[in-house]
Amino acid sequence: MSHPENATEFLKDQAKAKWHDETLWFVRDKRDRISKTIPEWEQLREIASQIKDNVLANLGSYLEDFERNAQKNGIKVHWAANGEEHNQLVLDILQKQNCTAIVKSKSILTEECHLNPFLEKHGVEVVDTDLGERIVQFLNQPPSHIVLPAIHLKKGEISDLFHEKLHTEKGNEDPSYLTNAARIHLREKFLKAKVAITGVNFGIAETGEFVVCTNEGNADMGVHLADVHIACMGIEKILPRRKDLGVFLRLLARSATGQPVTNYNSHFRSPSPGKEMHIILVDNGRTAQLAREKFKNSLKCIRCGACMNTCPIYRRSGGFSYGSTVPGPIGSILSPGLDMKKHSTLPFASTLCGSCSDVCPVKINIHEQLYEWRQEITKTHGEFGKGLSMKLANGIFKSPLAYKISGNLMRSALKALPDSLIYHPLNTWGKNRNLPETPKESFQQWYQKNRS
Amino acid sequence: MKSDSPHIALFIPCYVDQFYPKVGIASLELLEKLGCKVTFPSGQTCCGQPLANAGYERDTIGTTRHFIELFKPFDYVVAPSGSCVLHIKEHSPQIPGLENEQAELHHKVYELTEFITDVLKVEKLEGKFPHRVGFHASCHGQRGLRLASSSELNQTPFNKARKLLENLEGLEWVELSRTDECCGFGGTFAVTEEALSVRMGKDRLEDHLSHKTEILTGGDMSCIMHLQGIATRNNQTLKFLHIAEILNEAIS
Repeated sequence: MSHPENATEFLKDQAKAKWHDETLWFVRDKRDRISKTIPEWEQLREIASQIKDNVLANLGSYLEDFERNAQKNGIKVHWAANGEEHNQLVLDILQKQNCTAIVKSKSILTEECHLNPFLEKHGVEVVDTDLGERIVQFLNQPPSHIVLPAIHLKKGEISDLFHEKLHTEKGNEDPSYLTNAARIHLREKFLKAKVAITGVNFGIAETGEFVVCTNEGNADMGVHLADVHIACMGIEKILPRRKDLGVFLRLLARSATGQPVTNYNSHFRSPSPGKEMHIILVDNGRTAQLAREKFKNSLKCIRCGACMNTCPIYRRSGGFSYGSTVPGPIGSILSPGLDMKKHSTLPFASTLCGSCSDVCPVKINIHEQLYEWRQEITKTHGEFGKGLSMKLANGIFKSPLAYKISGNLMRSALKALPDSLIYHPLNTWGKNRNLPETPKESFQQWYQKNRS
Repeated sequence: MKSDSPHIALFIPCYVDQFYPKVGIASLELLEKLGCKVTFPSGQTCCGQPLANAGYERDTIGTTRHFIELFKPFDYVVAPSGSCVLHIKEHSPQIPGLENEQAELHHKVYELTEFITDVLKVEKLEGKFPHRVGFHASCHGQRGLRLASSSELNQTPFNKARKLLENLEGLEWVELSRTDECCGFGGTFAVTEEALSVRMGKDRLEDHLSHKTEILTGGDMSCIMHLQGIATRNNQTLKFLHIAEILNEAIS
């Protein structure tokens, strides 16, 4: 389904759509307020953007530094060109450990690679340990937001789900009660898992360490209880120096949820004695995106989700309307690079209002890239359909006489036609909107009469 | 008016020309009242924005060439639309053979309120407009041309339109809950994403209505056409005026 169809469906439940909009607006508003308590906020964004420019310009050498230093620290480093290779590498490690049950903390990358269904097919039980992710996993849904995976669900729905899956009291919607039930359930899974998988927020080239940020401490709990830690990292997550974290950690939490700091910023450098630590560096379309001059900036993204919270489209159509792993504005500039045909409606799911670019902590020019993707996508459309009508319009606009004739025709037609014809079902504008009243003359005609 | 004063071309966007001639007239009269020498060059069509935003920038070469040729002789080009001005500056394709003229044009084309505050250096407008006015900041004007500070950025608040409006005697400025959220017009978006577009428009109207806006104004008639279309359909009693109409009426 296309984005417009999905959005129309989402908006049918007006009360829920309004709630969704207001809930995410609340997060954005919180982000606005806390960002304004940092006088150097705009400077931080600029520095972060420049650090990422540097990373993207020298990605190859930073990755080699990172690999070398990580290996020195005793981490096993693997490279995956795509999702399949990544999934196979994970499975190989699990099979070597005879492991059939793992815990995983939030990782958009593993969603992108569709790791869960792959492992399940091979008999591995995967438990997502982030509360929101566990909720959507129970429902067999993907996350609808990269930071707030279950933001599309209301308390009551979670209460019903937990009653069914975790046997909580029916109708008890108390968040502490429900969270406690999840803790007890997850504790058992943590204790049994021999392997823990985490994502990576930042990989530090100079030290070979990596940082994982969670609010629930679930990454730490998983890793410290397991014998083997597998960290899955997109190759663009590199930062050159440890001190760069000072810039990014300040921006990340504030942009994501309006918190001053993420609860757990855990640094992983080397495995504990007797344990194993693996890191899988994944490309999966990233170098292809890096080669696209107009779109490579999208790789600066630190996955804070601020562009989703601010986007008037996302807030009113929900994450699933995008049909891509990363939804919202940033997803709409990343996804066409992976599959342009499948995601062809996404760059058009925007008014180009520019809020995403202004909110972005690393200053990605998101709305400009949406505009550029539109130019690319229409090249694949045929001469007919939209292309043809647009060419006709260009014919009209470059010729003043043709413009005048068609303008006059349009205005007189609008004056003469009955409303039933103007507001017929094919006139999408008129479905829920009136047309402006038609004036008797255009400004050009008025000017000629009165001023020349 | 001095004879050596700069010659200003009035650029009237196509839909304003066709549907809102009053906005064109108000813009012209307003600039004249402020002492400008203004001409409306005949033969204007459209800037090409609808095509470019729909993904067909490459098909606007003819339109853009015509635009440059038409406005080349003037010192300034002023339009009562932030959106069309942004398009000219950022999204019109490079025209071979007219590189210099095009670069010059990008520096001399202004949205109406920024022309008044930044070029004419008007600090304060004397006039009277005893109404409760709600301002709709068009995104292209606000975040594109930076006609006002944006709520996402940590910057000193400013708003060029507000500067012109707020000194008018009797005018009450309406503070909104969401000062700069998009109205959902978005050009072809209004039709291709109809459901979302209308929902966004309704939400903007609710914000204005709950804060007792009497007259909703803005610098872009396209946003206002969309909002007005929804309000009229739902019998909401709001008046809609372009900011040029308010300023022109107030200082007469």
